[in-house]
Amino acid sequence: MSAQRIYLDNNATTPTDPRVVEAMIPYFTNMFGNAASRNHPFGWEAEEGVDYAREQVAKLIGADPKEIIFTSGATESDNLAIKGVFEMYARKGNHIITLTTEHKAVLDACKKVEKLGGEVTYLDVKRDGLVDLEQLEAAMTDKTVLVSIMFANNETGVIQPMKEIGELCAKKGILFMSDITQAAGKIPVDVKELGIHLAAFTAHKMYGPKGVGALFVNRKGPRVKVTAQMDGGGHERGMRSGTLNVPGIVGFGKAAELCINEMAKDADRLSKLRDKLQVSLMEKLEEVVINGNEENRMPHVTNMSFKHVEGEGLMMTFNQNIALSSGSACTSASLEPSYVLKALGLGDDLAHSSLRFSLGRFTTEEEVEAAIDQVAEGVNHMRSLSPIWEMYKEGIDLESIEWSEH
Amino acid sequence: MAYSDKVLDHFKNPRNVGTLNKDEKNVGTGLVGAPECGDVMRLQIQVDDNGVIEDAKFKTFGCGSAIASSSLATEWLKGKTVDDALKIDNMDIVEELALPPVKIHCSVLAEDAIKSAIKDYQEKNGIEA
Repeated sequence: MSAQRIYLDNNATTPTDPRVVEAMIPYFTNMFGNAASRNHPFGWEAEEGVDYAREQVAKLIGADPKEIIFTSGATESDNLAIKGVFEMYARKGNHIITLTTEHKAVLDACKKVEKLGGEVTYLDVKRDGLVDLEQLEAAMTDKTVLVSIMFANNETGVIQPMKEIGELCAKKGILFMSDITQAAGKIPVDVKELGIHLAAFTAHKMYGPKGVGALFVNRKGPRVKVTAQMDGGGHERGMRSGTLNVPGIVGFGKAAELCINEMAKDADRLSKLRDKLQVSLMEKLEEVVINGNEENRMPHVTNMSFKHVEGEGLMMTFNQNIALSSGSACTSASLEPSYVLKALGLGDDLAHSSLRFSLGRFTTEEEVEAAIDQVAEGVNHMRSLSPIWEMYKEGIDLESIEWSEH
Repeated sequence: MAYSDKVLDHFKNPRNVGTLNKDEKNVGTGLVGAPECGDVMRLQIQVDDNGVIEDAKFKTFGCGSAIASSSLATEWLKGKTVDDALKIDNMDIVEELALPPVKIHCSVLAEDAIKSAIKDYQEKNGIEA
């Protein structure tokens, strides 16, 4: 049944590059020391490994190594940035601006801030998924301490106008935080050039291990501080206590180094494969829509809706041979389709009909070709079962029907 | 989430997919659910002179469990009298297909589709429910 499994869900997580694993292994066995042990070589070796990784990770985003705080992942980094800024800058203001299409780690951290007495503005995006800069500027008040806008969206791959947002924030003296998880290691990210003051990201989306992430915290112009959200030994310049995950951090560093060297090549190859996937499916099938801005989009991602076919049912036709994500949340308790796609103004029906393809470093052309065939076949099969496809084909206006919503 | 073998079987080999002529007097059509909810079922029955369902067809827009639930429903409907068909309970479908809690709404929808198709048939033929 699972003859050849094809993995097209690299926005969920990536496989760890074998070169990363290789770099990590000595830090489990021989160099197992605690990086905070200052009085013996075991600790020094571990610290050296961490220091080198910190340089590699910093270099990936154009930061200074001292500006990298290691965490357990992007969720922790998002939480530390948002709650940490809210607490640290309480005297300056209590207002945060973010987007409705942000990752749950950002949205839920913002919800917590609201419970703590803060005010949060959740801006809608335009139909192509991009922030409306005029709206953003209009939402800024003298109480605004933070703008949190992700670099690239996890579901659609849409890239926000980071430089313009950074300039707006600088003009108003507001800190700019970004969840750069989907962009880091995939496309060039230069936090200084973009005016980003805090950036959250993680290793496992860039061919590193799970369980390790980072928060970039700007040190000069302005010097940013966040209140620690976990109390303990005062590691990571007091911002994140806890014994460092040395093997994970070393792996993160190696992953960053590989991305620096191979990003351009990977992006070029993957954007061609992505385009091929998209063009072929649109040639083979009618009534297909691409969700989100196509110009400003990650090179390896496409989010497509296949009208009158339900995403999860469609995925079942792949016999578990293709790993993808669907905007249809038929398996979740809420049964609500993707809030990100809905924020783009897609009707719930189109959101239910969507699939996200996210390619990666190890995706081959053969796999993409096989996926094209299986997806096209699956869509055709599901349409043959679909009453609304039949109605559409008969020219019935689906809007005119009184559906019994349940 | 893994699907039960029975769901997979119905999904891969759906029974009684198709369309009956909804304008025929002895055909009842039920269309339930909504595209916005991610599930639409259309279930049709064709009833003979003795009140026995001689044919049933379905088409479903939805997940695997929704398709399996409607496929199973058509299988059960064939050969039943309309009165017996009304006794099909969604929990019978849940049990037969081993649906997990998050998929129970699929079985509810299938029961609704059966009831709706029967109601349509009865209304067309002036039968009091």
